[in-house]
Amino acid sequence: MEFDYKALGLKVGLEIHRQLDTKKLFSPVPSELHDEVDFTVERRLRPTMSELGEIDQAALEEFKKGRAFVYEGNYKYSDLVYLDEEPPHLPDEEALRVALQITYLLNAVPVDEVHFMRKIVIDGSNVSGFQRTAIVGVNGKVDTPWGSVGIPTICLEEDACRIIEQGDKRVVYRLDRLGIPLIEISTTPDIHHPEQAKVVAKFIGDALRATRKVKRGLGTIRQDLNVSIKGGARVEIKGVQELDMIPVIIEREVERQLNLIKIKEELEKRGAKEEELKEEFYDVSDIFANTGSKIIASTLKRGGKVLAVKLPKFRGLIGSEIQPGRRLGTEMADRAKKYVKGIFHIDELPNYGISQEEVDKVIERLNLGELDAFVLVAAEEEVAKNALREVLQRAREAIRGVPEETRRALPDGNTQYMRPLPGKARMYPETDIPPIFVSEDLKKEILENLPEYPQARVERYIKEYGIDKSLAQTLVDDERDELFEELIAMGVKPSLAASVLVVVLKGLKKEVPIENITDEHIKDAFRLLLDNRIAKEAFEEIFKELALHPEKTALQVAEEKGLTLLSEEEVERIINEIVQENIEVVKAKGMGAMGMLMGRAMAKLRGKADGKLVNQLIRKKIQELSS
Amino acid sequence: MRKVELFMKEKGIEIGDYVEVVEKENNTTVVHRGIVMPPYELSKGETLTIKLDNGYNIGILIDQIAEVKILEKAKPREEVSFKEVLPKKPGLPNVTIIGTGGTIASKIDYKTGAVHAAFTAEELAKAVPEIFEIANITPKLLFNIMSEDMKPEYWKKMAHEVAKALNSGEDGVVIGHGTDTMGYSAAALSFMLRDLGKPVIFVGSQRSSDRPSSDAAMNLICSTRMAVEDFGEVAVVMHGESGDTYCLAHRGTKVRKMHTSRRDAFRSINDVPIAKIWSDGRVEYLRDDYRKRSESEVWVDDKLEEKVALIKVYPGMSGELIDFLVDRGYKGIVIEGTGLGHTSNDIIPTIERAVEEGVAVCMTSQCLYGRVNLNVYSTGRRLLRAGVIPCEDMLPETAYVKLMWVLGHVQNPDEVRKMMLTNYAGEITPYTRFDAYLR
Repeated sequence: MEFDYKALGLKVGLEIHRQLDTKKLFSPVPSELHDEVDFTVERRLRPTMSELGEIDQAALEEFKKGRAFVYEGNYKYSDLVYLDEEPPHLPDEEALRVALQITYLLNAVPVDEVHFMRKIVIDGSNVSGFQRTAIVGVNGKVDTPWGSVGIPTICLEEDACRIIEQGDKRVVYRLDRLGIPLIEISTTPDIHHPEQAKVVAKFIGDALRATRKVKRGLGTIRQDLNVSIKGGARVEIKGVQELDMIPVIIEREVERQLNLIKIKEELEKRGAKEEELKEEFYDVSDIFANTGSKIIASTLKRGGKVLAVKLPKFRGLIGSEIQPGRRLGTEMADRAKKYVKGIFHIDELPNYGISQEEVDKVIERLNLGELDAFVLVAAEEEVAKNALREVLQRAREAIRGVPEETRRALPDGNTQYMRPLPGKARMYPETDIPPIFVSEDLKKEILENLPEYPQARVERYIKEYGIDKSLAQTLVDDERDELFEELIAMGVKPSLAASVLVVVLKGLKKEVPIENITDEHIKDAFRLLLDNRIAKEAFEEIFKELALHPEKTALQVAEEKGLTLLSEEEVERIINEIVQENIEVVKAKGMGAMGMLMGRAMAKLRGKADGKLVNQLIRKKIQELSS
Repeated sequence: MRKVELFMKEKGIEIGDYVEVVEKENNTTVVHRGIVMPPYELSKGETLTIKLDNGYNIGILIDQIAEVKILEKAKPREEVSFKEVLPKKPGLPNVTIIGTGGTIASKIDYKTGAVHAAFTAEELAKAVPEIFEIANITPKLLFNIMSEDMKPEYWKKMAHEVAKALNSGEDGVVIGHGTDTMGYSAAALSFMLRDLGKPVIFVGSQRSSDRPSSDAAMNLICSTRMAVEDFGEVAVVMHGESGDTYCLAHRGTKVRKMHTSRRDAFRSINDVPIAKIWSDGRVEYLRDDYRKRSESEVWVDDKLEEKVALIKVYPGMSGELIDFLVDRGYKGIVIEGTGLGHTSNDIIPTIERAVEEGVAVCMTSQCLYGRVNLNVYSTGRRLLRAGVIPCEDMLPETAYVKLMWVLGHVQNPDEVRKMMLTNYAGEITPYTRFDAYLR
């Protein structure tokens, strides 16, 4: 579906986070994830008090519930700073330089003095209870065919802990990710077309990659979208992984908001009112005493109940599709997910073993009018009530239109409710770190040594190495360019390096998990080729095996699979033997014996030596003997 | 005045003003809007710090400011007054919390980022409501100094304030104290508070109270809990481990800050802590030889001789240091010797001279753990012959405080020796427990 985005008043802003490949931001701990746990520390976080003596009540309630945070750490990959047991060291110089490079690459201006702030975060993901963050650059912009988009801030901040286990009373976090430097880039909401968002994200992504100091792989880049249309609401969509999905997700969100607006209008027309959505829960368990629904039957058997709630004027709308395969009912179920696995609503019934007769009885019990709907939940009574309260809340919001919320991107381009929009950040200065003056000398040096943009790199590869444009483009887009240059520096022919990195590896992608193949593996394999230990035909099989068994080395695989070539000396020895065995023929025929010798030698050496080499050696030998 | 202060004065800008700053750098112009923040204390003062609308602070070089406009003058800080005293709940014990510096609780002004101490009863009740369930709390701000600026006259003030509170019916006292010198103060009050029959609990924090992860609140809760126990001594209550699971109560004369920054920096040395106080309020005693609560009237014995020095022995140390102290009229020297309690043989003559001139010379060990013994090696025996007092398993810091207190009472060398070797406040244990090492 193609929308008239201009008429719809589409506004999109991006927020891109990417990890830097340096030491941790405030302590020289390696920035690596690790699964070995050496110790755990249990902490709690207490909400702080404002100047007026106010404490965030929600946070205080959370605290009183006694939620404990358990931090799992490794002696090598975390330290006292990241256990909040030692004041921070000064920020990693390399991370700061990269942030300044990115500032310039995004046409922004560095601040004169960087001030780190403490941004209060009390979900436990930051051991200290705050994230350290600073603005490094301001006033950047991206030019696109649809117009220019502002980049008001470029921030350098710390990544948070990895969540391992989420419980009600206990949340387990891993310390290894905490403190990995993150670049946060946000744009103004001046993106007005889904494709424009992709262009902006690509430009920002290219600038980040140009530094060659960003981390690669799953979880190292996080793209969030803020999407709204006229009459809709600002929705924050988290966790967009792939660039190509950005326009799809935006289109789907526009579709969702338009459909929600339609539902709102229909509800208005029907005269639906928020105050008619009452917390009246009907126990309809008896109706389902002999139900064909397995879920309900087993709940009742366990002593649970079936509760129903009335949604006046909602009939037909709960089941109306708002995104492909997702209905208003799905959104209600997402909200209720905190308490129950699922809900049943009138628009999808009879189904799931629930009969028309049962539906009719519920309609009768609740005294529903023609336009009224119901939602059922089968669970323990209090749990069911809580779930239905969430349903009612979502229904009230449907009357108002599109709710402001944070949603999670799903792989198919749809989105799912995650949590309410975050409130305004509570920030105060990080007094343990003095302001960092960005000297003119530093700025000049960075500006003069700015890395080349990815597109310039593609052009250079074509010109310098004579490789095909699409190969060059793929090398850069797949972030294999750095490795490519390293291989060339090792003495590999550019065309071979490019075709192996692009064609061979991509070809394997469907068969094996190629993300397991490290740069070291690839370099090792090329080293074997350069040393004439393997033939280039062996790459495919070696990489296939390495993807499945990344703990092996290229040499190991080559040996196991019998892919190693004989050394030149060995080949020469074998040829000598063959020549000696046929010495009479050679003496008699001279070069005329070439064909016969070649045939005998290759019978012995096929797959273990390069034919060209064999040919050369035989020729040399014959010449020696005939002279 | 630094450049930033001059600039602000010239432009009529005050802290808290909402301004628009036009910055020109080479060919680019950037416009910033935000609230003017106080200039950073130790910077060269060449930048103006503003808090942008998004909450971030940035510094702008004054030399690059082309134009500045005040969009809105600062509003006077909203003064909220908090009640100093809250009504007492019947049936709860009464605890006075004495503030000496640092912050037990703080409030953050998220508009400006300033952090202020919160010490009225009402503020404490909001920040750490748990302590008001344990006792009726009377906060009292005695003075406000950095722990590193602590001196003997403040110990005396603290001791008198504690005695006043306890003798007027309070059931216990908690003293909020900076951690750097808390061990010294705890030792000082251990000696100065005589006939003590109620808990006197020192408490501090290793992570400032403005942060959600601060140890301050839990330490305060556990100290208040200890302050209403059946216990009658001076103790330090701080985190027992890095996690927020339990605190330990350490005897005031046997405790030392053993880490620059960890929450569990305070450790009992050559001793086992008195009790474990779990975060849920449970108190688990780890020994039974502590003084129980009694109705005795506490009195302050605050005579101190302040001409006492604490010095550490090291390879290559010159006897001049000791000569200097003697020449300057010092009455006592506590030496942190090597190993079992040694100095180099080179400086023994200066120690002999010190003793001859009536200076009390006490020996402790820089090992901290273990007991001094001057009978094992000839150097030790020579030191003994020179008149050095071996201080058993006393911490050097405790020996220093004790020597001040002893010399405040007696000067005769034999009497000084006798008092130094008498256990007054648990500073000397008669035998060394196997489990009293590095835990």
